[in-house]
Amino acid sequence: MIIRNRFFDHWFPILVNIACLLPIPWLLLDAWQGNLTADPIRASIIRTGKIALVLLVLSLMCTPLNSIFGFKPALRVRRALGDYSFMYVCVHFAIFVSLDYGFNFQIIGTELLKRPYALVGLVTGLLLIPLAITSFPPWQKRLGKNWKRLHRLVYVIVVLDALHFILSVKQGVTEPYLWMIFILFLLVLRISPIRRFLSGYFTFAQ
Amino acid sequence: MIKIDPSDITPKKLYLSRRQFIGSASAVVVGALVLAACKGNLPTAETGTPPSAGASTDELGDPLTSYQDITHYNNYYEFSTNKEAVANLAKDFPTSPWNIEVSGLVKNPQIYSLEDLRKFLPEERIYRLRCVEAWSMVIPWIGFPLHKLLDEVQPTSEAKYVQFTALYDPQSMPGQGSEFLTWPYVEGLRLDEAMHDLTLLATGLYGQPLPNQDGAPIRLVVPWKYGFKNIKAIVKIELVNYQPSTLWMQAGPSEYGFYANVNPNVDHPRWSQATERRIGETGRRKTLMFNGYEEQVASLYAGMDLSKDF
Repeated sequence: MIIRNRFFDHWFPILVNIACLLPIPWLLLDAWQGNLTADPIRASIIRTGKIALVLLVLSLMCTPLNSIFGFKPALRVRRALGDYSFMYVCVHFAIFVSLDYGFNFQIIGTELLKRPYALVGLVTGLLLIPLAITSFPPWQKRLGKNWKRLHRLVYVIVVLDALHFILSVKQGVTEPYLWMIFILFLLVLRISPIRRFLSGYFTFAQ
Repeated sequence: MIKIDPSDITPKKLYLSRRQFIGSASAVVVGALVLAACKGNLPTAETGTPPSAGASTDELGDPLTSYQDITHYNNYYEFSTNKEAVANLAKDFPTSPWNIEVSGLVKNPQIYSLEDLRKFLPEERIYRLRCVEAWSMVIPWIGFPLHKLLDEVQPTSEAKYVQFTALYDPQSMPGQGSEFLTWPYVEGLRLDEAMHDLTLLATGLYGQPLPNQDGAPIRLVVPWKYGFKNIKAIVKIELVNYQPSTLWMQAGPSEYGFYANVNPNVDHPRWSQATERRIGETGRRKTLMFNGYEEQVASLYAGMDLSKDF
């Protein structure tokens, strides 16, 4: 037990950081080798968006992993997961603005304001900015109780994120709906009576 | 006073190098993506007879999309909603023997085998294909105009529409297991649209038999409409007196209309149709009215409100 804890304390956050950065060389390699479908710009927008969603959902899993399963190391990577998610959101938006729309801000503006998928995506990204900025410990201390309140915004953000995904696909594509269901499930786990009930079952002795 | 533990502070060297890394990484990402986008234009090696076409551009001077891209980027929901997965999933799809029933309000109902259809001499047509998802290709089809077949079966005077039905075979078409769409795939055209000389029944592309992933053995090509009108693996063509209810109209009545004419001024409710990405290019180009076939087909819709009849 002690050995395992030491392993997690030291190596787990490092491994998580490496894993979060790996999609960059992976994307570069695929772009280099022409493995990004016939429409590499769209493919890279979709992929970076997906990675951002996955990381945000993973960061949302950290709290229940600790509170229900007693997996403490999860708390040590929660912030990193959220910040990396924000990084991929930035890459996602940058490709959309530059390679996809060639900095044509007239079309981009119309698209962002008129299209539900784009508008929801924009709002999701903007809401992430204050969270990313205040994710570091000095801010956490400066904001005190308000920090926790502010960061509850992530519950709204992650739902909007899945909605953004749903709005951008045609009928018959089920994946984004599965993400939404999983996200709602993770949010339900945070309701106190449910959390207490489940943690009674799963928490093992420390 | 805020208390900060020394261990909470990221060392300056670390965060500076991190920023530097992110900065240079994003520059490389952009460069690599531009390269990847241009790669689509390179010729690709194929097995068997090489794909060839009678011209290297369409009538507007835009180059043909590569054979590789046309055969590995397929919206074919009978197999998968993943465009890259279709080629592999469709590779063992049985296309022979194959019969097409032509029936309904016609004087000479017929069942054609693929061999029977050879009497309609195949010709090459280079058409733009505009997907409703706002990407496009230029494809050298091989096929024959649908009106040649309709002339032979002779629609009666009651016939107003043509309804197309694709094969329903969940065994060989795994995507038909999805219950979110109503199978089989059904499409329709107004009779005058079906009789238009641009409307093609395609049996090949790039001088070769139609690959399975592109709708073998026979598919519809209506170049001034969004790609989803181009029903693949057709088994039945019926002349009817009502407007057919198509698969996409049932899936999203507010999003997919019966006409589905390419129209940059009428947006899909959830995304813009004003621009499109030509596969193989970076950036976007403006979408043309009726996909650039306005001169030939606009008269079919004279007096119609195309924002209502979308």
